[in-house]
Amino acid sequence: MTTIRHHLSEQLLTAYAAGELPEAFNLVVATHVSLCDDCRARLGSLDAVGGALLEQGDAMPMSEDSLAACLDRIDGLSQATARSPMRRHGIFPAPLADYVGGGVSKVKWRNLGMGVKQAILPTAKDASARLLYIPGGQAVPDHGHRGLELTLVLQGAFRDETDRFGPGDIEIADEEMQHTPVAEHGEVCICLAATDAPLKFNAIIPRLAQPFLRI
Amino acid sequence: MQADEIETDWAALVLRVRDHQDRAAFAALFRHFAPRVKAFLMKSGADATLAEECAQDVMATLWQKAALFDPSRASVATWVFTIARNRRIDALRKARRPEPEDLPWGPEPEPDQAEALEVQQDTERLGVALAQLPEKQRALIERAFYGDLSHSEIAAETGLPLGTIKSRIRLALERLRQQMS
Repeated sequence: MTTIRHHLSEQLLTAYAAGELPEAFNLVVATHVSLCDDCRARLGSLDAVGGALLEQGDAMPMSEDSLAACLDRIDGLSQATARSPMRRHGIFPAPLADYVGGGVSKVKWRNLGMGVKQAILPTAKDASARLLYIPGGQAVPDHGHRGLELTLVLQGAFRDETDRFGPGDIEIADEEMQHTPVAEHGEVCICLAATDAPLKFNAIIPRLAQPFLRI
Repeated sequence: MQADEIETDWAALVLRVRDHQDRAAFAALFRHFAPRVKAFLMKSGADATLAEECAQDVMATLWQKAALFDPSRASVATWVFTIARNRRIDALRKARRPEPEDLPWGPEPEPDQAEALEVQQDTERLGVALAQLPEKQRALIERAFYGDLSHSEIAAETGLPLGTIKSRIRLALERLRQQMS
């Protein structure tokens, strides 16, 4: 595993543990956790908070026949013996590969111009997730944010005004942030990004294109 | 703390369900956890009928997935919470929640007793810390986990001492990565 320097925030991990994130954010969190043992361990500790709350929480009496009804149901079930694990495909950890239906070769890219490509992933509408393909040296158009945006690097690296982001690193950008991510020279930079608001592009051409591109 | 001082060894009951399809063990788990899952779901906005039905689903899932439970990784309460949370997302939010990639660390046939006990003790310490939090802070954590806060309203820190649990999972992951390489 490469060294991951930029991690999920406590707030995002808690919201994921609680089950309160939009699907698109869930996908980014699950993909990062698949790559990052630190965040997996932090997530485990937050699940334990859920367990402690359940243990200490109130109890609502179940109806009298509920145990018998449950046992009846169980008779019709066989115990799960093997997992049917989702599989990793190249640079795509299992949860992402599941959305794409495989690895990078399965992505249906659309050109955004200047060699930059994107593919929108099918998620619930409260937030959107997409894959970005940015050739080395190429800038992602400068944009401001109206919501929360997560960008997870899967291959290559990008830099912006704040830092360098390599494989497994996640950048969490909020409304105040104006940044210009530029892909490092060399390997094509592939990222998984999610946002709960449409991106607002500052460059003229991408802004005109925005309604057609669904970004 | 000695093992016999622990109130009920829920993990041992799950292992009896796993190994012997032990209905008495399951009944004990059901009596303890089903009413708590029901209350959890009602606080999350389910009505009594739906909550009761989902609590049964959760317990049936516990039976079905007993073979996947590993007491050296999480307490039974934590495991039940994750099943109940996922059931809540299906039933109430109808949203998808992709899970992180599974790691190839199926439960050992003979789980390490010492590790399982440590997990149990970590969980109890966490419970004590939770009970001792100032009321306001505790209420915020409850609301977050009951699905009563949006993700942007969730506090950045729980204020709970999670370091030990985190380090234990981290160590287990390191061991696993070594075995894999």
